[in-house]
Amino acid sequence: MSGAWEVRVDPIECAGHLLCVELLPERLRVDDWGYPMVDGRPVSGELLAHARRAAAACPTLALRLNRRETGKEAERG
Amino acid sequence: MSLLTDVRAPAPAVLPRLLGDAGMRAAGRARPVRRGALTTMLDAAGLRGRGGAGFPVAAKVRAVRRATGLRRPVVVANGVESEPLSHKDALLLRSFPHLVLDGLTLLAHEVGATRAYLGVAAGAVEVDDVTAALHRRPRDVEVEVVEVPHRYVASESSALLSWIDGGAAVPYVRPPWEAERGVGGRPTLVHNVETLAQVALLAYYGVHWFRAVGQPDEPGTFLLTVDGAVATRGVYEVAAGTPLADVLERAGVALDADTAVLTGGYLGRWLRGAAVRSASVSRAGMDAAGGALGAGVVHVLPPESCPLAETARVATYLAEQSAGQCGPCRYGLAALAEAMRALAWWPDADAQAANRIRRWGEMVKGRGACRHPDGAGGFLVSAVDAFADHVDGHVGHGACAAAARELRSAR
Repeated sequence: MSGAWEVRVDPIECAGHLLCVELLPERLRVDDWGYPMVDGRPVSGELLAHARRAAAACPTLALRLNRRETGKEAERG
Repeated sequence: MSLLTDVRAPAPAVLPRLLGDAGMRAAGRARPVRRGALTTMLDAAGLRGRGGAGFPVAAKVRAVRRATGLRRPVVVANGVESEPLSHKDALLLRSFPHLVLDGLTLLAHEVGATRAYLGVAAGAVEVDDVTAALHRRPRDVEVEVVEVPHRYVASESSALLSWIDGGAAVPYVRPPWEAERGVGGRPTLVHNVETLAQVALLAYYGVHWFRAVGQPDEPGTFLLTVDGAVATRGVYEVAAGTPLADVLERAGVALDADTAVLTGGYLGRWLRGAAVRSASVSRAGMDAAGGALGAGVVHVLPPESCPLAETARVATYLAEQSAGQCGPCRYGLAALAEAMRALAWWPDADAQAANRIRRWGEMVKGRGACRHPDGAGGFLVSAVDAFADHVDGHVGHGACAAAARELRSAR
């Protein structure tokens, strides 16, 4: 099973270059101040390759591609 | 009176436990509990954190115990309380430092920590109270008092941990969660000081006693800082589920259809009229009414002041207090504050301003390393919703008399 992935933006590292929005418009759009917004939907199949490219293209490495985690809520503060 | 006041309030307790005889009797008398038994008690008591997030205490303890392998964990008491409208943590540290330290020690034993930190606002009087109390205690757990410089976001738990670790007192991105990697990379248990005092009472009096007040799903008492247009301001202790109207009555407020109350703090929600009457003091009871329990702030808006002007002032403060690390918070809160000031004071506030605030309030949600943007956005949206008629007045006829008066005196 390939499992589901999700993209996340590290809000501190993100400097708003917006390459990710160009490369993965299926999951990202620009907000009113020039920063990318991700929708929470999982990434899988064909889209995964695009997501990888978007993550690799980010100049500040702020776009993260993570395995979708469940059951981790207990560790939140 | 403005929302930007700073008072150290006295303590008229409505249902005194922490702040009454029970607290006095238990303080400094915590008995060690067999390892693991405290977690069971915390579960049975249903105790949730009192710093604002309301997370189950037992779950946090368990997460730290799970993460503890060869690395000894660390326990942190958060008494920084940078919310300007909240004074309950300061009062607790001043009046019952031993109760807080008891809870800290008990939890340190529970997770196997020998090192603990207590974060307090730099230069606050409670630093002396806590330090004096520490000298009178056994040294089984080494507790270091850490003074944290003032900044609104400095009391956020990751900001506190960053400061303890020698960094700036600003939030960082999680994961890793502090339960796994906190102070010095060690599993770290962080709790608000009121939570710790509740842990001490629970350990001393037991689950049955603890659950005897409050509600089945939210047992125990809450500390509230009641201030603003009230006859008797102060820190009140009330049973979970107490109607907000009862608290206000005790504080000498004559409720009417227009009474407006800021609940939760600067990152909280405005309630007005019928919503004030429908709210009760618990997370669920506040949420259902459209309010926020947050850190227990109940601030009554003086009837002669303009709610939009008060909100705009706080919004400006919140934007300035952003750590500025995350773009959407830095620029989004600045935009939100600007829109709110326009609505409050500009003669040509346009009809779209309130909608812009709603839209941006939604847009900043979940976009920062911490919940500062979420809270600020939600607070502003609650203002344009609760005072929609007032917004219409400003848009149609310019700033109201109260806001215009302020504008004149500011010139």
